[in-house]
Amino acid sequence: MVEEYISKKVKSIIFSLQSPKMIKQMASAKIVTPELYDKEGYPVDGGLMDVRLGVIDPGLKCKTCGYKLKDCVGHFGYIELARPIIHIKFVNLVLSILRSICKDCGKPLAPPEKIESFGKQLKNAKEIGGQEAVRNKVKEIIKYLKTQTKCPHCNAAQLKITIEKPTTFIEDNKRISPIEIRTRLEKLDDEHCKLFGMHPDFAKPDWAILTVLPIPPATMRPSITLESGERSEDDLTHKLGDIVRINQRLFENINAGAPEIIVEDLWDLLQYHITTYFDNAVSQLPPARHRSGQPLKTLTARIKSKEGRIRHNLAGKRTNFSARTVISPDPYLKLNEVGVPMVIAMKLSVPERVTEWNIEYLKTFVDRGPTTYPGANYIVRPDGKKKKITSETKEALLEEIQPGFLIERHLLDGDISIFNRQPSLHRMSMMCHRIRVLPGKTLRLNPAVCHPYNADFDGDEMNLHIPQTEEARAEAEILMEVQTQLISPRYGLSVIGCNQDSLSGLFLLTKEGTTMLRKDAINLLHTIGIEDTSKLPTKDTVTGKEVASVIFPSDFSYSGYSKLYKKPKQGEANTNPKDAIVLINKGKLTSGVLDKNNLGEGKGLLLRTIHKKYGAEFAAKQLYQLFRLGIEYLTIHGFTVEFSDTDLPTEAKEHINQTLNDGVEQVKNLVKMYMNGELEALPGKTERETLELKILEVLNKARNTTGKIVEKEAVDSCTLTMVKSGARGNFLNLAQMAACVGQQAMRGKRIDKGYANRTLSCFRRGDLGPKAHGFIRNSFRSGLSPSEFFFAAMTGRDSLMDTALRTPKSGYLYRRLANAMQDLRVEYDRTVRDSSGRVVQFIYGSDGLDVSRSSGGTIDVKSIINTVCNIQAK
Amino acid sequence: MAHEELFKGYEQTLPEHILKDIRENLPDKVNKAEVKEILEITQTEFDAALVDAGEAVGIVAAESIGEPGTQMTLNTFHFAGVAEMNVTTGLPRLIEILDASAAPKTPMMEIYLKAPYNKGKDIKKIAHKIKETKLKELISEFSINVLESWIAIVPDKKKLADLDMDIAKIKKLIEKGLKVNVEIDDDKLIIKPKDETLSEMHKIKEKIKGVYVSGLKTINHVLPIKREDEFIIVTAGTKLQDVLELDFVDPIRTTTNDVKEIASVLGIEAARSAIMIEVLKVINSQGLNVDIRHIMLVADIMCVSGLVNGITRYGVVSEKSSVLARASFETPLKHIIAAALSGEEDKLTSVIENVMLNQPIPSGTGLPKLMMKD
Repeated sequence: MVEEYISKKVKSIIFSLQSPKMIKQMASAKIVTPELYDKEGYPVDGGLMDVRLGVIDPGLKCKTCGYKLKDCVGHFGYIELARPIIHIKFVNLVLSILRSICKDCGKPLAPPEKIESFGKQLKNAKEIGGQEAVRNKVKEIIKYLKTQTKCPHCNAAQLKITIEKPTTFIEDNKRISPIEIRTRLEKLDDEHCKLFGMHPDFAKPDWAILTVLPIPPATMRPSITLESGERSEDDLTHKLGDIVRINQRLFENINAGAPEIIVEDLWDLLQYHITTYFDNAVSQLPPARHRSGQPLKTLTARIKSKEGRIRHNLAGKRTNFSARTVISPDPYLKLNEVGVPMVIAMKLSVPERVTEWNIEYLKTFVDRGPTTYPGANYIVRPDGKKKKITSETKEALLEEIQPGFLIERHLLDGDISIFNRQPSLHRMSMMCHRIRVLPGKTLRLNPAVCHPYNADFDGDEMNLHIPQTEEARAEAEILMEVQTQLISPRYGLSVIGCNQDSLSGLFLLTKEGTTMLRKDAINLLHTIGIEDTSKLPTKDTVTGKEVASVIFPSDFSYSGYSKLYKKPKQGEANTNPKDAIVLINKGKLTSGVLDKNNLGEGKGLLLRTIHKKYGAEFAAKQLYQLFRLGIEYLTIHGFTVEFSDTDLPTEAKEHINQTLNDGVEQVKNLVKMYMNGELEALPGKTERETLELKILEVLNKARNTTGKIVEKEAVDSCTLTMVKSGARGNFLNLAQMAACVGQQAMRGKRIDKGYANRTLSCFRRGDLGPKAHGFIRNSFRSGLSPSEFFFAAMTGRDSLMDTALRTPKSGYLYRRLANAMQDLRVEYDRTVRDSSGRVVQFIYGSDGLDVSRSSGGTIDVKSIINTVCNIQAK
Repeated sequence: MAHEELFKGYEQTLPEHILKDIRENLPDKVNKAEVKEILEITQTEFDAALVDAGEAVGIVAAESIGEPGTQMTLNTFHFAGVAEMNVTTGLPRLIEILDASAAPKTPMMEIYLKAPYNKGKDIKKIAHKIKETKLKELISEFSINVLESWIAIVPDKKKLADLDMDIAKIKKLIEKGLKVNVEIDDDKLIIKPKDETLSEMHKIKEKIKGVYVSGLKTINHVLPIKREDEFIIVTAGTKLQDVLELDFVDPIRTTTNDVKEIASVLGIEAARSAIMIEVLKVINSQGLNVDIRHIMLVADIMCVSGLVNGITRYGVVSEKSSVLARASFETPLKHIIAAALSGEEDKLTSVIENVMLNQPIPSGTGLPKLMMKD
């Protein structure tokens, strides 16, 4: 059987340096020639592409392990360096040690008692503060040692050692050769290594000077064959070629007894090549380049940064069984469904195990093959062999199928999938949906789940993943399905709610005075999937509230405020309209409109209360019904936005005109006062700044007053419905359309830039009036003048810039937060600890409440009291 | 309070704030049985809402703060009280707090006053005492005599009086600050520099302007404002320790927005609260909604070590025990090399290393280690 168990688990990883001995031991080939291939194109023995280093050509067999391409993981080789070379990454360590030990006897420059006490201090530091504390202590010790001028052990005077970056050490104006450095480092005792933070079992100081160099397997530097049949080698191979070539030259010259200067030059060249092989971005060295001039990508560059090995390949994974395409809305889908195009459904698959009981059923899939839906693409034999189903192989495979086989069948309705939209900023960005195979070419989702994904349909694309194991499916279903994510862990309220048309529809339906024929109501309820209409009163005409009430369970009570509610000021009479307070009593909506404050995303407790009382599954169903009810009603009702929505009565228009004139007049006066020097400066501000502030204040006030007028006077229209229900827009938007767009501000100031002393060349120099500094007196309805239009465009561009600059900033902040906090988890004793077991909180959030299970961060005590004491909200 | 005895039994099992909530919301006429029932239901709801073991609360907190970060505005200045003083808010401020940077871009204090000063007594005078005053603010006239090479300054008498200063005191201050001889001539101060070149004279003139007169250094602006029904002083610039020592200041409520300063003056627990308050301020000013628990966790992780550590590669991340976790954040080579030298062992106890090795992560459903017997 193909049961898979994790039989081995990595328990820990120890980091260490490689000793020259170890490098030789693990090598399977000694590299002696820079040549790569012979005339036939076969890898040269002892060359950098030696077949013992692993194979990268199809058909060849690895000489070390006998495996072929893909199965052979590759093997290291080594080269013997003619002269020792300093490893660029350990230069600082070597320098510190050289300065801290005696050049003659190799002991640290401290008397024995002091060395002993250092040792103790280090031990203490490790026990108390861990590795981090040890490193700080080591720095301290080195600081002390390197200032000593005489060896306390052998009385030898110590000379000052300086470094000429990157890799030349100078003592008393003479260069210390790497050979000399190595002998000095070798003298250091194992015990004394610890003073420098080194663990002698894993890293000896002299290993920081290379005498042999490991050659990485060919598999990690594969060559690519170009279309012309030419081979193009990897950057690393190029670099290694240089190293081997210079190394051989150095050997030959030394053996031939060449003059010292030539040997030295070659030695330096070898040092350069090895340094750039490790790190091609050493600041003091010119980077090694391709013939085309672009720098080589060597070892450090391979590991580092976002595109490096660690973040790109190790922390980030790639996956099969996934799809990506444009999304579009479909309100007829359930909240937890995703509409999948047929093409995708026939490409992605779910593995299903053949048993005695389903063999006939699964055979029908195989019989239909990969081209007829619902068919199957592959079958997997118990020994793991995967076979593609084609019209030719179909017959044979059907014969072969037995219990234990896996059939990779096409997606079916109800299969589990994970749906995702980037940027995945929170856990609701990846939720589990059930498949609904649909015609068309886009992925479809219910518009109510747009909010958690932050999706819209202006060309957004989303990803779909199909979990392939039973465990993965179970976890996805239990932990990630849409209904389990209804309550946001950020603030403990519903993240999924009604939006857009649905809110407009519900507002119109539940508003005071909406009535419809009973038969129409039943029709409406049936279209949204409610068959039991017994809750509807038996009258010929029913109210909208009665229709909406059918949805709520008959033991559900709720009270809350709608968007119309304004908290009455103290002492003032309550002037709220009747629909301001939402009351549901025993499943009957007795007053109030259903709007954004109760059903919206991230707002209101109506959905939260249903969720708590009846569970996630029911809440999702209820939300779906409410959502559909809104849309269906709106469809019947009709809804349009028209020019006349911005109509205002004549008096209102005059009133607005008057207000704006007054504002402009006031600004004129202010400017006059300023010109005459009569304006009193606010403390800490110049007169000019004071003027600006005052003008801004006056103009904003004027605009706000017009907004108020619009709010009061606007004719009832679809635009107003959207504003009132919270479906889209606000009164400010409406006022901007109908009355006045208002002052355009950049960075909290009036527009001030442009030409000398003026914003645009159509204004007088030094004009301080509203018009010349971005006050848009016109409304969108009356149309903007050219200068006004330009100012509007300026602020528009400014806000675009803001967004463009903000995204990477906040992305980095998020990455840092996530990285710093990813290991914090709640333990079984309710404490919050990090991965090393350090307690961060003794109880999570000081009370142990899970925000996603709370109501807005706490327990809704009020509603408990209300239910127990049977109190109705006022 | 009605039926207090019933609450006793729940003091151990329900957190204080919920009990308080119940007490406050109980209607006047409530009988014993009802209170009992309320408490029972609350307890069951509370128990059902507790976090599960293994919950990755850290990631949830990071998401909860990082996600609204994308919705915050950049370059917003929020006006504190009246329009005169502005403070950084929005994303830049959030980054500043979480970085635990040494000094905030716009340092600010809110100084509460003891009675009777908080009702407006001597408020102007007090404000002047706190503000750092430099000589240039007190001088009404400045003249340089090039021929005889002296500088004459005329202080503004009214302003001097405001600060309890007189011309003799000013003389001393200049002598102390600049080490030059100053003579008093009626209401003038005559300064004769040793070096008589014109450029030197000019330099001295500029130096005189910057001579410190009174108040607390670094506090550049003061603004008495009325909040609710008491006067408080808002300052630009902060100097917590010195302000707290002033006898008219209410040291309990007075605060600054500089977290590091709070840590050094009032200690780590105060710094933790300060981080929470400041982050909450930013988030609320943007009209966003983030639960306090997430902010609390961030503040806690920044303060566990006893020092305020920023969420940076030098701060919180550098304290991690795992080599690979550190390496996966920033500067991977530095960490790997240091680890290799000291033969460090990575026990693979945190999340990212196990992701790298394709092993189950030790949190959430990966935490319990169970195996089925066959």
